[in-house]
Amino acid sequence: MIFRRILLRLLQAIPTLAGVAILVFVLVRVVPGDPVAMMIPPGADADVVARLYAQYGLDKPILTQFGLWAAAAAHGDFGMSISLRQGVTGLIFSRLPATLELVAFAATVAVVLGGALAVFGIRHAGRFGEGAVDAVTGFVLSVPDFLWGLAFIVAFGVLVPLFPISGRNDPSQALGLASDFILTESFFRLRWGVTADILAHMTMPAIALALPLGAMIARVLKSSLAEQMAQDYALLSRVKGFSRWHVIVAEALRNAAIPTVSLTGVQLTFLVGGTVLIEKIFSYPGIGSLAIDAVVNRDLPLIQGLILTFAVLFILINLLLDLSYAMLDPRLRHA
Amino acid sequence: MTTPGTLRHALTNWRVVTGGVLLLVLLVAAVFAAALSPYDPLDQDLAAQLAPPDWHFGRDAHALGTDSLGRDVLSRLIYGSRVALTVAFVAGILTAVAGTLLGLAAGFFGGWIDALISRAVDIWSSFPPVLLSIILVALIGTGLWSVVAAIVLIDWTRFCRVIRAETLKQRRLDYVDAAVVAGLRPRAILWREIVPNVLPLALVLLTLEMGLAVVIEAILSFVGLSISSDAPSWGGMIAEGREVVHQAPWVLIGAMLVLLATVLGFNVLGDGLKQELDPVLR
Repeated sequence: MIFRRILLRLLQAIPTLAGVAILVFVLVRVVPGDPVAMMIPPGADADVVARLYAQYGLDKPILTQFGLWAAAAAHGDFGMSISLRQGVTGLIFSRLPATLELVAFAATVAVVLGGALAVFGIRHAGRFGEGAVDAVTGFVLSVPDFLWGLAFIVAFGVLVPLFPISGRNDPSQALGLASDFILTESFFRLRWGVTADILAHMTMPAIALALPLGAMIARVLKSSLAEQMAQDYALLSRVKGFSRWHVIVAEALRNAAIPTVSLTGVQLTFLVGGTVLIEKIFSYPGIGSLAIDAVVNRDLPLIQGLILTFAVLFILINLLLDLSYAMLDPRLRHA
Repeated sequence: MTTPGTLRHALTNWRVVTGGVLLLVLLVAAVFAAALSPYDPLDQDLAAQLAPPDWHFGRDAHALGTDSLGRDVLSRLIYGSRVALTVAFVAGILTAVAGTLLGLAAGFFGGWIDALISRAVDIWSSFPPVLLSIILVALIGTGLWSVVAAIVLIDWTRFCRVIRAETLKQRRLDYVDAAVVAGLRPRAILWREIVPNVLPLALVLLTLEMGLAVVIEAILSFVGLSISSDAPSWGGMIAEGREVVHQAPWVLIGAMLVLLATVLGFNVLGDGLKQELDPVLR
């Protein structure tokens, strides 16, 4: 059952991706601005310019360009980056793990932080604790997320230097790891010194990414927990002598989770989008900072490859979300 | 909607007053930038690079320090308010007009118009806004007017969604039925009856949108996609301050605080206006 569902969703994703690819390809080429002009010095030879155009296939009609690009893309080849002179596919795959690890870390922080705040607020419903939770989430949401990362840099990177403010690991130490998932790999190779160093680099960007999502989770989960705690079954449990903690954590939480999961799913795509800015702020070498550099340099092949990568990530997130509904809600599991 | 009574009452609301005063200060700074700035914001003083804030207010003192080219931070902040306010007003108002018109059309006419607009809103708002704005500017090209266009293209859905819901609500009220019975034509009902009742809400949204527009402009300047990096803008100063944060944190801190105060000013004013213009909350 569940495999058919996954397969169906993956098949549905193909036309979406094709649509995104066509749209991006056309838009990027229709708008003014010349990518080759940026790589040549002023007053360059006309021959050189023509050769560069030919090298990147920009001299052919747009339909031919798309045909060539699509045929190569189907084989996993997204062309050469103009500004970095490397294969787009290789570039993206070497930078993607950094972003995935950052997103996973940030999402975990957001869920744990938001969940803890919501449970704490409900446990102290109507008292000071709940007011404090509301005040904290309100404050977090009223400051633009752009400023949180910068505020962390000033506070915990410069004034009280607790964490490094840029990069992914200490560049003076050779890693000697096989993959680019350096956080995961160093952990399983038991090189925990390296793991700790990577975590220290990731802490501030991850928390900055996690704060808005965490605050939103806290709000939604708290209000649906409050609804559940007013239900008869919660009262019955209390009458039977279970503690408030037990009723909240063991009984109400599961029922309250569904609205939170649906919110988290939508917001998770926003979190992935947010990496673009956070990676730039923290000079973190993922696909987000790569995307900004590609846009600033008008690197067409790289921009196309990156937009498709983000589209694939968003489709996967929605797929995971869909499956987690089925796990939480027995009615959907058998639908 | 805005009778003198409402106005007088609004001036007793601390949110309206706080937000209003903050924005008034900003407006004064933008308009009288030349008179208020102690230095020319573009003047480089290579003998005084990264000078720390100096509160001795002498002739040569830099009250908020200098940046890596020796330019006066205070003067650049004051001039930067021009970019911020221009974007806030132009992008804010254009977004409000576009989104409100589409929301009114969807809510009032219903049918396929509503289906089309609502679907567009759904698809549009499923994209992460920061990513979308960067891609849009990459497509349209950099510069202040591209930034304005990008903001309008991203944020019209905020107005459209809310105004559509409000129009639907208003359309079901008795006064609209009364207007129909009185023989008013649909277009007259829309413009004379519904629009005046939807406008206060649009005004509240506009105030909040202006704050958002300032942030988006700062983000795009920060990544180098807005106005040229020489011209003083808060986002550009944040990017520069980030580079020299260890030697001269005041560049970053100054620009961040000004940006934060502006956004909070718009938000507080918007919240206050919401309370004042909504008869139920009032």
